[in-house]
Amino acid sequence: MEINQTETTIPSIEEKGSLFVEMHSIVKRFPGVLANDHMDFDVRHSEIHALLGENGAGKSTLMNILAGLYQPESGVIKVKGNEVKFTSPRDAIQAGIGMVHQHFMLVQTQTVTENIQLGLDKPRFFMNLRELDREVAGLSERFGLKVDPRAKIWQLSVGEQQRVEILKMLYRGTDILIMDEPTAVLAPQEINDLFKTLRAMVVEGKSIIFISHKLQEVMAIADRITVLRKGRVTAAGLDAKQTTRPELARQMVGREVIFQLDKKPKEPGKTVLQVNDIHAENDKGLHALNGVSLNVCAGEIVGVAGVAGNGQRELAQVITGLRKCTSGEISLSGEKLTNRSALFGILRGIAHVPEDRTRVGTAPDLSVTDNVIMKQYRLPPIARHGMLSMPVATKFANQLKADYDIIVPNVETPVRLLSGGNLQRVILAREISGQPSLLVAVQPTRGLDVGAIEGVHRLLLAQREAGAAILLISEELEELLSLSDRVFVIYEGRIMGEINIRTSETTDELIETVGLMMTGTPLDQIHTGEAVRNV
Amino acid sequence: MSETLPIQTPLRNKRFPFHLNIEPRLSEPPRWYPVAVSLGAILVALIIGGIMIAFAGGDPFRSYLHIAEASFGSIGVLSDTIVKATPILLTSLACSIAFRMRLWNIGAEGQFIMGAFGASAIVLTPILPENTPAWIFIPVMILAGMLAGALWGLIPGLLKAFLNVNEIISSLMMNYIAIAWVNFFVFAVWTEGGFQMTHQFARNAWLPRLLDYASTIPVLRGLTTHLGFVFGVVAAVILWIIIYRSRWGYEIRLIGDNKHAAQYAGINITSNIVLVMMVSGALAGLGGMSEVAGVVHRLQTSPVAAGYGFTGIIVAWLAKLNPLVAILVSILFGALILAGREIQPSGVPKMIQGVILVCLIASDYLLRYRVTIVRTGKEA
Repeated sequence: MEINQTETTIPSIEEKGSLFVEMHSIVKRFPGVLANDHMDFDVRHSEIHALLGENGAGKSTLMNILAGLYQPESGVIKVKGNEVKFTSPRDAIQAGIGMVHQHFMLVQTQTVTENIQLGLDKPRFFMNLRELDREVAGLSERFGLKVDPRAKIWQLSVGEQQRVEILKMLYRGTDILIMDEPTAVLAPQEINDLFKTLRAMVVEGKSIIFISHKLQEVMAIADRITVLRKGRVTAAGLDAKQTTRPELARQMVGREVIFQLDKKPKEPGKTVLQVNDIHAENDKGLHALNGVSLNVCAGEIVGVAGVAGNGQRELAQVITGLRKCTSGEISLSGEKLTNRSALFGILRGIAHVPEDRTRVGTAPDLSVTDNVIMKQYRLPPIARHGMLSMPVATKFANQLKADYDIIVPNVETPVRLLSGGNLQRVILAREISGQPSLLVAVQPTRGLDVGAIEGVHRLLLAQREAGAAILLISEELEELLSLSDRVFVIYEGRIMGEINIRTSETTDELIETVGLMMTGTPLDQIHTGEAVRNV
Repeated sequence: MSETLPIQTPLRNKRFPFHLNIEPRLSEPPRWYPVAVSLGAILVALIIGGIMIAFAGGDPFRSYLHIAEASFGSIGVLSDTIVKATPILLTSLACSIAFRMRLWNIGAEGQFIMGAFGASAIVLTPILPENTPAWIFIPVMILAGMLAGALWGLIPGLLKAFLNVNEIISSLMMNYIAIAWVNFFVFAVWTEGGFQMTHQFARNAWLPRLLDYASTIPVLRGLTTHLGFVFGVVAAVILWIIIYRSRWGYEIRLIGDNKHAAQYAGINITSNIVLVMMVSGALAGLGGMSEVAGVVHRLQTSPVAAGYGFTGIIVAWLAKLNPLVAILVSILFGALILAGREIQPSGVPKMIQGVILVCLIASDYLLRYRVTIVRTGKEA
């Protein structure tokens, strides 16, 4: 057979530990964001190099450049000392670099072998599937990637599908495997299997770039660690044995200038939202919430901090009636709210600023008017004997347009034509105008410019003044620390601890503590102060 | 960010001095624009159709003139056009309300046939005696026709709502069941002396026609337009009010535009699927009732199952799911069907229908994108 990449083994000329890939001063811009700001990065032979950072730090972008998916604006990439230019993933694979994406790119109705063959130049016409099956089986055995070559993709678990993706890359003779948050979709046992495989691959002479935001995993698997924050490298190629978790947490989260907001001291009122020990699953049927308890009082902003994908979305959905919880209790001002419909909550004054403005928060082809009455169309004066009073609805929409500075020629305009900031104002206007008793705001400032962010912050504080209970779920730590009265930190569906911002000063230490909790250390294990420094 | 792949810029041929520049529209075009684009699309379709007629050896101008004369040329043929438009109008309304919710009811044909069956059953079983006065007979037949249609819509609706069965497939399959069902009755139970049709309904089960009043107003002599068209127009107006001015219609529009937003707004999608499928079926059923009681006057498979349910899909789509526009488009299609027969039993008229459809659907692109001609190398 001509495809003998699969049989080449063990680095022969290159020594273990010598430089394999170097990236120098990589710059990549997206509209409005500097995703990679002069980043340096390198990978040695036979190592696992972790790329650590929060969402939006630029990890995926940098790796998409290395995998040939994006072209950098400037910067140099060298493979084994020679400068290269990748214009497509094909070029990168040719140079021995392959990426396993977070979202698998597999054909559901085809077999494992067929998927692995897909897109290869050879064989040209006839496929000896049985022979190929054997090759795939051999390859999977060698790296401990257990999967049946003849199984169809749809029959496989997520973990097995990931193995197919890895096999695909190995079959193409990849020496460097980029894994984009590989553990995000896996169950704990599958994570162990994956780690075993990765180590087996390193022994065989492969190098692995492991993208993650979970400190624990990174410490468990990586030889070296590079930390990114907001498009910059904050720590390059640290030796995993020489560094500590608090150190990494600080590098990852950073110390930001806290916004000075006009936040008046206010004594919180009665408890509005009470969440007791709730469990829930995500869309894939995996555990997303594992016993979350928290409470929010009237006239108080309670923040939920955490890296995306740790159960925040599910928490908001469970509270607003968009997801069922499997156990636990939720109550609103003493009234049972557990597993009630969304409508039940809406009628009792729960407002929700959803994470996804376009997919959930608005109906793109409907007008501004139709979008702002989404929560009110059932109630008079807009509703009248089953009919909608269009004059009242239009007047209402125009009122909100003026009050919330929604910039749009007229309220008949479909909202798909609105900018992100304007769209968010439409949503906030709608949710706040109902004078909610509880406002659940998820990522309310994501993707907005500084002016718009300030506007949103002011609206939230005004609601606090007005006595609403606000649950603010955000990934922006500065935002949380400056707006909230209390902050809960969530990690893998568990609350790591609660911090009272009213009593504690915002200091480096506080940020470090929150950073540690966000990456998986419970508050009671941190013993603030000295312990943090001495770990 | 990891999701966004680089946008492919279209290859530009440098040899041409001009090229097309295509960009998404960022603001709404003026009100007259969609109308102009639609009329332009029909014009382009007629030109394409004309070229094809010429290729087939016909004279396009004479053909078109003939079509126009044969469908709108006199009050007599105009009446025939409206008779043809009536079942199309009702099935297109059935499709409009379902499609508005992005519920792809392809079963208007079967619901139409079942409507015809339900109405006929009142006469043929007989549920009402033959000498029942018309003012009782006709309302009962309407009710029976709508119920039978609604039932035929309810089945795929329930399957979709509770088992997530693809409504396209199930409603399509229900069409064949409906035909077989009616055939059984026509061939075996209610057969008229072994022929594949039932006996003619009694006069008081006929929908009133214009010619019924010819004795007082002589102009109406020979005009077969029946009350069914009025049902269609009234239904269109009511449907327009429901969709654009009622709470329920708002829910339908919201579900259709963004299901997730509808859920978020606390709307029950399951019950709306069932309800909309039933209303859709009832409208098609009303069409079937009006066809048997207004035109055929007996139950017979071939003239009833003539594909009105499928034409309704096209009409609903061309009318952009607007019930009032559907009235006009139905009349246009009624004309094409009627006049088409004048030229050729099949072939050319169907071809013209198809070309119009393709052009109108393609013209939607111009509403979403701004296309300008730019001199190569001149753009910023």
